[in-house]
Amino acid sequence: MPDAAAIHAGDDGHGHEHVHHPAHQHHFQTMEQQAEASTLGMWVFLITEVMFFGGLLMAYLIYRVWYPEAWSEGSQELNIILGGFNTVVLIGSSLTMALAVRAAQTGWRKGTIVFLILTMMLGLTFLVVKVFEYKEKFETGHVPGPNFHFEGPFGPQAEIFFSLYFALTGLHALHMIIGFGILSVILWMAWRNKFSPQWYTPVELSGLYWHFVDIVWIFLFPLLYLVDRAHNVV
Amino acid sequence: MLATESPVNYLNVNTSVASWLFTKDHKRIAILYMVVVTIAFILGAIFAAGIRLELATPEGDLVSSDTYNKLFTMHGVAMVFFVLIPVVPAILGNFVLPLMLGAKDVAFPKLNLLSWYVFVIGFTFTIAAMVTGGVDTGWTFYPPYSTDGSNSNVVLAGLGVFITGFSSILTGLNFMVTIHRMRAPGLTWFRLPLFVWALYSTSLVMVLGTPVVAITVAMIAVERAFGLGFFDPRLGGDPVLFQHLFWFYSHPAVYIMILPPMGMISEVIACFSRKNVFGYSFVAFSSLAIAIFGFLVWAHHLFVAGISPYSAMVFSFLTYAVAVPSAVKTFNWTATLYRGAIWLKAPMIWVFGFLGLFLIGGLTGLFTAALGIDIHIHDTYFVVAHFHYIMVGGAIMGYFAGLHYYWPKITGRMYSDGAAKAAAMLVFAGFNMTFFPQFILGYLGMPRRYHMYPPEFAALNILSSAGATVLGLGYLLPMMYFTYSLFKGAKAGPNPWRATGLEWQTQSPPLPHNFAVQPVVTEGAYEYSKREIKVA
Repeated sequence: MPDAAAIHAGDDGHGHEHVHHPAHQHHFQTMEQQAEASTLGMWVFLITEVMFFGGLLMAYLIYRVWYPEAWSEGSQELNIILGGFNTVVLIGSSLTMALAVRAAQTGWRKGTIVFLILTMMLGLTFLVVKVFEYKEKFETGHVPGPNFHFEGPFGPQAEIFFSLYFALTGLHALHMIIGFGILSVILWMAWRNKFSPQWYTPVELSGLYWHFVDIVWIFLFPLLYLVDRAHNVV
Repeated sequence: MLATESPVNYLNVNTSVASWLFTKDHKRIAILYMVVVTIAFILGAIFAAGIRLELATPEGDLVSSDTYNKLFTMHGVAMVFFVLIPVVPAILGNFVLPLMLGAKDVAFPKLNLLSWYVFVIGFTFTIAAMVTGGVDTGWTFYPPYSTDGSNSNVVLAGLGVFITGFSSILTGLNFMVTIHRMRAPGLTWFRLPLFVWALYSTSLVMVLGTPVVAITVAMIAVERAFGLGFFDPRLGGDPVLFQHLFWFYSHPAVYIMILPPMGMISEVIACFSRKNVFGYSFVAFSSLAIAIFGFLVWAHHLFVAGISPYSAMVFSFLTYAVAVPSAVKTFNWTATLYRGAIWLKAPMIWVFGFLGLFLIGGLTGLFTAALGIDIHIHDTYFVVAHFHYIMVGGAIMGYFAGLHYYWPKITGRMYSDGAAKAAAMLVFAGFNMTFFPQFILGYLGMPRRYHMYPPEFAALNILSSAGATVLGLGYLLPMMYFTYSLFKGAKAGPNPWRATGLEWQTQSPPLPHNFAVQPVVTEGAYEYSKREIKVA
């Protein structure tokens, strides 16, 4: 029979006699169960993210099929140099993120910290470049709304293209900013030496998130910057 | 059964307000949801009362047409997003899922609490939109009216819906992981109670559908607020694309509303027939089938929106297909009753109400799925009556069946069986009186969403408004006898219905961590045949 003292009001009360990991939450039987649940939860979350971007990509797909000329002309107004540079930056950040996870897995605290900082710096670089790109769009009048301005016969449809450009890259940038916040917390935890080869789930899961955000960009870059460009170069 | 009862339970372990607002206990979070959902239900009912009062006379004499537009919009927004979607999963699901699985809690208790806060924030935005002038687009937010024509608070209400969506997503995620990872030893998939199968299927829809409506409503909001062009016909945008994206979620959302009550019906019907559910695995898989088929039928809302007749035919066919698993459930429940030892307690009366109303709602769904008939009845009161039969007649009746079933477990006290039976019958009568005339009105051609109508429709409309009064009284009754039961009800004991299932093996109200010892499961969910039948 449980007496009142043995019952915890929260799940992180530590009233047990046996020794367990400080990160172990009491409603899980074992650490393995906890890690499996967290990982599954993260994957399910990423699926919801795919559906989230999916709504916008569906709109993109329909309008691209309807208005290929506007898509071609709109995409040529995007800065392929900056976009390409950002693609390399993000792929690089995925590498450093993977290295940070590996470092956490092997219990190399210093490595985890260094690779996390590198990942965050690369993420920040991406965002700064993005700000310059957006600024350029404001100057050329390519921001949808009352002041939108686009030469040529496909102006109105190009406004749809730029609406989708801003929605997709904006939503992606928002995910980068959230990722930056998450990595800050992970960095702080790594600094406090919270991770060990027995428990590094948070590093692994934020890594999954970071890779997901990268992969979204890997789709966005060709869809927005490269679409039908070769056709017009020739 | 319990040898001894602990004096400490999840309700009295700590009674401070802070202990409720920062609780991670799934049982307390369920109660928190119950409070907010009940407020939303009362709010939605007040708007409905306004609608029925206006329609009591043919002239538009009570409110202006603008106010009427706001009334039905806010009735829809409050009822769909803040009552029907969370009512069974977030209240009863949160409370019983970990108990049914023999777990201490859901997989992510903090996330569960966060879901509630997100829900409250979304609700606050929606309330703010209502008190600062209201919304008049209909709960469907169709552009170009929502992006361009309407002068009402579309952005604020849209934001409320967008935020609430994340509460739904996180709850679905939490339930999926919980069902996968938190089952007690021996609790295999085919020993799970059917309510768990229903919750799993619902979570699937929440996780896959809700993000799409979130982004779609967000697109409306930014189009309206910042002038981005997604659905603007002046640019070549297509308002029908919005309808596709919107219904891609909002049709499956119907299954978010009806699947958990269906699961609840399976629990109650097995207990009060003292029998295993007939064709357990068919009922279990029909939940999954409904969730999957549910994603393939959305364009039946667009039959008159100018979509291609060929895709309309495909969607019409698929809509008929989704009726099959629903029929499987109904037939199997009936077969469960057959030669069962029927025990006519209050929850069972609510179940019978559900069966009757869901049957009519389901069968009239076939009318609306038929292309030719749908052109005649589209946007008429026939459709209004049809979906109220499913959503109120099905989902809300199912919720009340479940609430009456689990009330002794949640509070540890019994309520008046006679009063609860009277309420069930009053709701059933009032509901039919309100909505059956609307089938006839719609068939005769009365369109929905108008605040006046030709005098020849007056008799049926008056009947409908009178029925709404009866229905309202029927819903007031539970509030009274449940409140009475909280203070004066007899002690329920751990298992007043002598039901199977792990949730009945712990005391009522349950311990803060549910079970004194980790339960182990050795048999299926509904082994009533192995139990002594005591029907009093």
